[in-house]
Amino acid sequence: MTTAVEHYVAARNALVLPGTGLDWLDELRNAGTRRFSEKGFPTLRDENWRYTNIRPILKQNFTPVAVLEGSAGRTEGLSQHLLPGLGAYRFVFVDGHYVQELSDATGPARGVVAMPMADAVTRGLDGVKTWLGACVPEDRGGFTDLNTAYIEDGLYLHVDRGCHLEQPIEVVFISTEPGGQLIQPRNLFVLGENTRAHIIERYISPAGRSHLTNAVTELVACRSSVVEHTRLQEEGMDAFHIGGVFIRLHGDARVVSNNAALGSMIARTNLHVALQEEGACCHLYGVYLGNGRQHLDNFTQVDHRAPKCTSNEFYKGVLDDRARAVFHGRIIVREGAQKTDAQQQNRNLLLSGHAEVDTKPQLEIYADDVKCSHGATIGQLDDSAMFYLRSRGVDETTARGLLTYAFAADVINKISSAPVRNHLEGELGRKMFGVGRPEELS
Amino acid sequence: MNTMLSINNLHASVQGKAILNGIDLQVNPGEVHAIMGPNGSGKSTLANVLAGRDSYEVTRGEVLYNGENLLDWSVEQRACEGIFLAFQYPVEIPGVSNIYLMKAAVNARRKYRGMPEMPAVEFLKLIREKIKVVDMKEEFLHRSVNEGFSGGEKKRNEILQMAVIEPTLAILDETDSGLDIDALKIVADGVNSLRSEDRAFIVVTHYQRLLDYIVPDFVHVLAGGRIVKSGGKDLALELEKAGYGWIEIAPVAEAADA
Ligand SMILES: Nc1ncnc2c1ncn2[C@@H]1O[C@H](COP(=O)(O)OP(=O)(O)OP(=O)(O)O)[C@@H](O)[C@H]1O
Ligand SMILES: [Mg+2]
Repeated sequence: MTTAVEHYVAARNALVLPGTGLDWLDELRNAGTRRFSEKGFPTLRDENWRYTNIRPILKQNFTPVAVLEGSAGRTEGLSQHLLPGLGAYRFVFVDGHYVQELSDATGPARGVVAMPMADAVTRGLDGVKTWLGACVPEDRGGFTDLNTAYIEDGLYLHVDRGCHLEQPIEVVFISTEPGGQLIQPRNLFVLGENTRAHIIERYISPAGRSHLTNAVTELVACRSSVVEHTRLQEEGMDAFHIGGVFIRLHGDARVVSNNAALGSMIARTNLHVALQEEGACCHLYGVYLGNGRQHLDNFTQVDHRAPKCTSNEFYKGVLDDRARAVFHGRIIVREGAQKTDAQQQNRNLLLSGHAEVDTKPQLEIYADDVKCSHGATIGQLDDSAMFYLRSRGVDETTARGLLTYAFAADVINKISSAPVRNHLEGELGRKMFGVGRPEELS
Repeated sequence: MNTMLSINNLHASVQGKAILNGIDLQVNPGEVHAIMGPNGSGKSTLANVLAGRDSYEVTRGEVLYNGENLLDWSVEQRACEGIFLAFQYPVEIPGVSNIYLMKAAVNARRKYRGMPEMPAVEFLKLIREKIKVVDMKEEFLHRSVNEGFSGGEKKRNEILQMAVIEPTLAILDETDSGLDIDALKIVADGVNSLRSEDRAFIVVTHYQRLLDYIVPDFVHVLAGGRIVKSGGKDLALELEKAGYGWIEIAPVAEAADA
């Protein structure tokens, strides 16, 4: 019997990936394969994976999907699942491959390169050669290596210095029939000096089949850039989702990361932020909504590598039924990273007595002139608030919904795009209460 | 005339501790009943039991509302049937705006009666009219329910909600506590403007002063979980002068269990 690792290595070797034969690319991929073969998948013995057992993912051998021929069949009807009203440049990938018919890539501003990774690596663009793999930290873990071994498609975005993108860039990954796919998007976003952009990454699987998404996104925010990155994980309840997001901030750059996890049976995001140069500032907002038997794991690591950087992390979770969530917030303040200001908050609302959450702050501070704080809470809906609302005639389900909306709202409201906010509120209502979004709470 | 509210031998406890020990009270449409009594005697407990708070367990007795068993109804059904409680300690609800709550309250009652939602324009008109009665600024509408309101603002907000909802039976639990004299008049005006032949009020208060403005038809003294004395509006004056000491309070739980 072959092990899971052997299966994925063999499947990799059977593929002819775009750009094969280019030295720099072969080297990068092969290094991924090598490390993955050596280290394999994480286990519960790994400190960073203590609360998430991935054995259910390894029970099944997921297989990569070949490039779609034209739009034959598989892309039909998918456009209805795209978010309306975003006004974004849209790049759609189906089962891991770019699909032009569903995309709207017309006319991103001058100074912007946005193209499928498959093209970008084949052309050997400088930005790709320079940055692909550069943001991935040492302690990347097996899933990231697996992704690197398979680098194939995803979005490559490069914004030249000084460019301000008025519209968001939306990258959508859709998985379809028949299930069992291994989908490994690889994105690279390079935001030049003084740029402004909002990138929205969304993962959905309307067919609701079991598959494994193992995505990696690298984001480089050059000096003084202002970047918003919104990640919406809304895959079906039978999906498995592993997502690595590796962000690197240069001097005075400012990044807002919004991270919403709603879907998947088992989902894990690894968000690593490196504050590389003086004056960088990041805001990390997260919301995770779990029900049924979902397991949603948020691993975040903020690495203060330079003086005078600021990080502010705020994650909120709502869990119902037998859902389980993990929040692991690691903050590292390196020697010499004086005047660091690092804040972390994690709040959880349990709607059921069987829901569970493990919240674990982990602070490692090697500088002395720093301001760090962290806090975590786990609570239920406030009885008095419930009674108050119901005493005004609001029925119990609506009252629970209102209080849950109100709980999650201050994180959702950080997202600058109104259509995305509305969408998330609607999903919250549908998912947790079987109702839509109440119009305007405030 | 049919009795609106009929409380008969009502016993209630919280966490196994008996608090109401046989309350009897009849309220007819058009009447205002004042309930006074020492701290901890069970006034808020009675108000909460009527509104349906489930942390209180009714152990004996019955409550009929227009002839129906009130205690069988959910909290929201009672509200939709016209019962309103102005809380002694109004609850802060961050993230839910005041105006949203009032709109939800109005429409919940309409839905209950099979009516369509109130059109937005009509609702705004209603709320602008009512907010004048309680002399509150419009900005309060858009703030989160009671969040960061001063004590007096919270009480006015209760009255605003009452005025908008237009309940059939309003229970005011110490709405006058902590109010300055102007606010007290405003609260009283709010109540008086709603007084009508088919509405009734139960006003819990410690002070005769409120009853100068809201003139009650009956005054009851609740002590040790029972109504130990009832009278007309003059009873409040006597209480103001002499306190509760002169009222003979029967030994409670045992007597009631007999
Ligand atoms: N949740 C509770 N747990 C324990 N005891 C309670 C609870 N709620 C009420 N009590 C007790 O029940 C008794 C009656 O309380 P209640 O609030 O009804 O008094 P009250 O007459 O409204 O007093 P006040 O005039 O001070 O408002 C008090 O002794 C109080 O401590
Ligand atoms: Mg009281």
